[in-house]
Amino acid sequence: MYAFELEKPATVAEAVKALAQEDAQALGGGQTLIPSMKQRLAAPAVLVSLNGIKEMIGVRKDGGDLVIGGATPHAVVAKEAGAYPALAGLAGNIGDPAVRNRGTIGGSLANNDPSACYPSAVLASGATVVTNNRQIAADDFFEGLFTTALEPGEIITEVRFPIPQKASYQKFLQPASRFALTAVFVAKTGGGVRVAVTGASEDGVFRWADAEAALSANFAADAVSGLSVDPEGMIGDMHGTKAYRANLVKVLTGRAVSAA
Amino acid sequence: MPKDQGIGARSKRREDVRFLTGAGRYTDDINVPGQTYAAFVRSEVAHGKITKIDTSDAEKMPGVVKVFTAADFDGKGGVPCGWQIHDRQGNPMLEPKHPILAEGKVRYVGDAIACVVAETLEQARDAAEAVVVDIDELPAVMDMKAAVKGGALVHDELGSNLCYDWGFIEDNKAATDAAFETAHHVTTLELVNNRLIANPMEPRVALGHYNRAMDDYTLYTTSQNPHVIRLLMGAFVLSIPEHKLRVVAPDVGGGFGSKIFHYIEEAFVTHASRLINRPVKWTSTRSEAFLTDAHGRDHVTKIELALDKDGMFQALRTETYANMGAYLSTFAPSVPTYLHGTLMAGNYKTPHIYVNVKAVFTNTVPVDAYRGAGRPEATFQLERVIDKAAREMGIDPIELRRKNFVGADEFPYQTPVAVAYDTGNYQATMDVLEKIADLAGFEKRRADSAKKGLWRGLGVNCYIEACGIAPSNLVGQLGARAGLYESATVRVNATGGIVVMTGSHSHGQGHETAFPQVISEMIGIPESQVEIVHGDTANTPMGMGTYGSRSLAVGGSAMVKATNKIIAKAKKIAAHLLEASDGDIELKDGKFTVAGTDKSVDWGSVCLAAYVPHNYPLAELEPGLEETAFYDPSNFTYPSGAYACEVEVDPDTGKVTVCAFAAADDFGNVINPMIVEGQVHGGLAQGIGQALLEGAVYDENGQLLSGSYMDYAMPRADDVPFYTVDHSCCTPCTHNPLGVKGCGEAGAIGSPPAVVNAVIDALQRAGKTNVTHIDMPLSPSRVWAAIQG
Ligand SMILES: Cc1cc2nc3c(=O)[nH]c(=O)nc-3n(C[C@H](O)[C@H](O)[C@H](O)COP(=O)(O)OP(=O)(O)OC[C@H]3O[C@@H](n4cnc5c(N)ncnc54)[C@H](O)[C@@H]3O)c2cc1C
Repeated sequence: MYAFELEKPATVAEAVKALAQEDAQALGGGQTLIPSMKQRLAAPAVLVSLNGIKEMIGVRKDGGDLVIGGATPHAVVAKEAGAYPALAGLAGNIGDPAVRNRGTIGGSLANNDPSACYPSAVLASGATVVTNNRQIAADDFFEGLFTTALEPGEIITEVRFPIPQKASYQKFLQPASRFALTAVFVAKTGGGVRVAVTGASEDGVFRWADAEAALSANFAADAVSGLSVDPEGMIGDMHGTKAYRANLVKVLTGRAVSAA
Repeated sequence: MPKDQGIGARSKRREDVRFLTGAGRYTDDINVPGQTYAAFVRSEVAHGKITKIDTSDAEKMPGVVKVFTAADFDGKGGVPCGWQIHDRQGNPMLEPKHPILAEGKVRYVGDAIACVVAETLEQARDAAEAVVVDIDELPAVMDMKAAVKGGALVHDELGSNLCYDWGFIEDNKAATDAAFETAHHVTTLELVNNRLIANPMEPRVALGHYNRAMDDYTLYTTSQNPHVIRLLMGAFVLSIPEHKLRVVAPDVGGGFGSKIFHYIEEAFVTHASRLINRPVKWTSTRSEAFLTDAHGRDHVTKIELALDKDGMFQALRTETYANMGAYLSTFAPSVPTYLHGTLMAGNYKTPHIYVNVKAVFTNTVPVDAYRGAGRPEATFQLERVIDKAAREMGIDPIELRRKNFVGADEFPYQTPVAVAYDTGNYQATMDVLEKIADLAGFEKRRADSAKKGLWRGLGVNCYIEACGIAPSNLVGQLGARAGLYESATVRVNATGGIVVMTGSHSHGQGHETAFPQVISEMIGIPESQVEIVHGDTANTPMGMGTYGSRSLAVGGSAMVKATNKIIAKAKKIAAHLLEASDGDIELKDGKFTVAGTDKSVDWGSVCLAAYVPHNYPLAELEPGLEETAFYDPSNFTYPSGAYACEVEVDPDTGKVTVCAFAAADDFGNVINPMIVEGQVHGGLAQGIGQALLEGAVYDENGQLLSGSYMDYAMPRADDVPFYTVDHSCCTPCTHNPLGVKGCGEAGAIGSPPAVVNAVIDALQRAGKTNVTHIDMPLSPSRVWAAIQG
């Protein structure tokens, strides 16, 4: 690890200011950033910790929405997001207790790891990512592997999830990292069904349009059994071939519908 | 009532008090005043010529004491190989030099090129990044079969990538081939024994300290055998006489074989300390551990089994390519040969066996012994081919094994592959297994799984292993450049306490608990009166260390021998005190009694007399009570067992869940059943890990893709079931004083075939009759692909 300065602002405004410094970077739970700094793959000059910003931590209901502060650790979401059980369950299955007590929803979304869990929930729920200066619809937020619509220095302050009528997250574990080898989040709302897939595509989290159409017409597991997923563009690695991941997308979607 | 002391007691592991409370003292906990820190510059490419190393920028960086390259080791040896194999023609194996720092060429990703020593670790790392290395990349030699046909050479000076082509036993070949010609049925199986990374919890550490005032050296290191390191490094690498070199291996956090070997980092810190006249410490990062700890297994095998019409084994023939990696690690050549070929008879009476092994250099981390070392490779292929043969011939797989077992009345049994088994009872062990695994209830469990949409399968196999290595004269003939005896000094104090200085080394096994149980039993004193000292060449007799499940069988035997000498002398002292003849003295429960009388003297009084010899036969007997013994075994020991695994396969995802695992082992006599069960549990976890999860994966350029826990899957608690283990079938070893066989590796040896047999069984029962094998690890993706056909 290279040497760095640490700042601990108490408000979003202070954090935005601190992040304007050269080579400054936001620090959420540090579960991704600190390991890459230890490996000398990242070398920010200033780390701006968001963990002391009270307005960014917590879970609350706001009408039909569940609103989660950007610096809320996974463990808190697991415990307090009971109004949206599929989301609470997702949070409670991320990593291990140490990771869940540190890692945050904002950090996870900003990082947009192609195998991370939260991006699929945000995309399937049609959630809104709120930052210090704008609101970004889920469909506009994720821009491929480790890339998002966030501008440098922009902070995710909260995420607004419309609570669906039915939802389920089905995660198939990558045996080593226990991130998603492939996972599917299905959410049914008055407006139809959204299906978001993580862990599978070379382009990161995506919506499976064919399944959404089939399930909007008939919300039943066998509605997707006639569909097929093109292995082209899927991730192929030592843990699973492209064809295998394409199969998982379909199997897990069916299971999510059954479990929802 | 179960015993609470001595042999057979479930004594709690006393060492766990410090391990579980964070009070262990590991190598990295040791710091010496004036200490400096080493950071290696390692190759990022698998194979290439070094055209430039520029250290000038690095040397100017803050805190840098010195930047080392190969030039600083001019005239020093490479780290040596401890075992020489002769090939089918009788020629010695090809043996390249393994320099401490790369000389002109790099041969695997992680090969050490230079090393920065600085005042702090961060300064050393900063400066290591400033060392400029230019490398002309060469094609990486990765595929073993291609590597022996030509193309790029890992070691140009050797002229070939084939280290040796070994036949065992060469004289068996003609008869074996002939038996195949006339066989009723031949079953053939091609398989891979996947490459593994040991991953002990504690990464390697080495701290070298040259003391100019004394002109001597101390090396603190994470080793399973400090005396071996002292001998190899002192005599072959750095030319330091043993009396000027002390090697200390304090608490060691697991080894599984990977800490047997003499590594370049040990020689580096020791020599560097002399050159800069400061202590030098190197602590491996986890990433470095993946890239530099010796890997295990990595065999590609074709095995053929010939049977007659009744299923009796007629002959067995194997051809194996064994990966050596880029250099020969300390015991690498012995693993696919004498630790593997000698086990190919298994538990069976196969009259003709011929084993061929081609050891190959590749641009990968050196491969050496890993828990089981050669024996898991032998067991896996044998027990897999038997299962396949059973299916092909329509014979129940347990029945086929039972038919071919060496009978209980046929011991000692001379195999066609050199070794002779002293004891065993394979039918009885299988009887135990059938009971504890409730094999009779399998069909019902299978039906229950089917209701959940899951395919259940049952896999059964046997294993035999050779441990307690080993008779020195025999291994000498086979190419070992070391003796494989063990030593112990038993020192009795004036007040009756005992300290045992053993050449065995404990790195988690529980010697500090089990060894005192033996002495407690022999003398009749509480275990708490006995303490074990190990791991320091300065205060233990020359010993060969711990690996190959040898500690109790060999090290324990040395301790028994020394303790018998103590008892003999103590009886003489007692006889003097009791005014009797020493032949009439009996020792029981810590008391010496004149046979047939009530005249007695207790253990403590005899010990005191030995050190305060006021009333003592000084003319005939020296004062003091301390004895040393060396024990050289007359044979290997042969633990054996029968294992059963039940799995559920999810046909939609290919995911395998191990639902049940039962292990019936014959370890001979057992000193501490709780420790034995723990050893089996750990071994099973590693075996299940190999079967389902673990695998070192390189790409075609020699980059290690599974270089962290993000991709290298270690088994976790929820990957394994609650085990059913039993060691009630006991045929004591006939040639060591305790009748013990060894249990440290059994679980890892016996379990992979059970798991794979179970998965294949599940698929076969579900109608996937074309699936006869899947290579480990049986990842969901691989199983799913097999189901697709
Ligand atoms: C062992 C282990 C297992 C894991 N398992 C899983 C798993 O199963 N599923 C899963 O989804 N994830 C998993 N993770 C990832 C983890 O859950 C975190 O979500 C992830 O590390 C990022 O969150 P963080 O708060 O730690 O972010 P950090 O590491 O602090 O930051 C990550 C990136 O986000 C930026 N950032 C942080 N917060 C904000 C913000 N509010 N606004 C804008 N940018 C921000 C940082 O600058 C940095 O670039 C695992 C991690 C570990 C170490």
